[in-house]
Amino acid sequence: MEQTVTVLSWALLLGGAFFLLTGSLGMVRLPDVFTRMHAAGMTDTMGAGMIVVGLAVYNGADLVTVRLLLILAFLWFTSPIATHAVAKAALSGGLRPYTLGGVGAAADGGGGARDDGAESAEGGVPS
Amino acid sequence: MNRAVWLWGILFALWVVLSWHFTTLLLGFGVATCVIAVWVAMRMGTLDRESVPVHLILRAFAYVPWLVWEIFKSNVRVARLILAPRLRVDPSIVHFFASQRTDLGRFIYANSITLTPGTVTTGIVGDDFEVHAIVQSEIDGSEENDMNRRVTWLEGEAAP
Repeated sequence: MEQTVTVLSWALLLGGAFFLLTGSLGMVRLPDVFTRMHAAGMTDTMGAGMIVVGLAVYNGADLVTVRLLLILAFLWFTSPIATHAVAKAALSGGLRPYTLGGVGAAADGGGGARDDGAESAEGGVPS
Repeated sequence: MNRAVWLWGILFALWVVLSWHFTTLLLGFGVATCVIAVWVAMRMGTLDRESVPVHLILRAFAYVPWLVWEIFKSNVRVARLILAPRLRVDPSIVHFFASQRTDLGRFIYANSITLTPGTVTTGIVGDDFEVHAIVQSEIDGSEENDMNRRVTWLEGEAAP
């Protein structure tokens, strides 16, 4: 029993770490602010989620677990609002989303850290 | 009035879980704090179906596990996209139709879209959702229709 709990919590914690790492990698690789939001979304849904649930499993059924799950509930309620606010702010600031046809060929590069989305923003009309 | 009792009960349960001290003084502070919070909410006129959506609780138990599974699936999809040697992103703004009848339902649908990585709601005009998708060809509409249908069911409002 105890071994099952340990293995399960380790699997969840490592899975969470994987999504956090991949999300961070996405922040560097993806071409503009809008696509990077999707990577950031990974870190605070599955990244944080699997780590919190992993800690809850490790901790067992008691008060601390209830509090951990509350943290997750508040995080999942608030993070999409923050993401939406960033997207809205970028759009009202005149930033145009990067598209394959639109701006350069950064998608082929793979290194993709160039901020091609920002260039088209100069031409965009701030509302 | 019913909603005031609900709100007080939820707030006080939160107080007890976060404090877990059962002295008269601290429980008394909890009772008083929650009463004041409910009174402020009543004065602000926010004790309605939108701010205290207790009528959704039962259906949420069915919706949330489904949403978590969707979140997991799209996380795996975006992770594969990021880890692929060649970055195959094809982002675009797409439009979804929302069939919810209340603002609360639209709010839940918009947040569900944003919570699943790969799609972020960037704007809402009436029943038209403007969504930024990281790979537009993966948006065939079927999954979003499914989510739309489920949120409309969750909302459960009778037709006007």
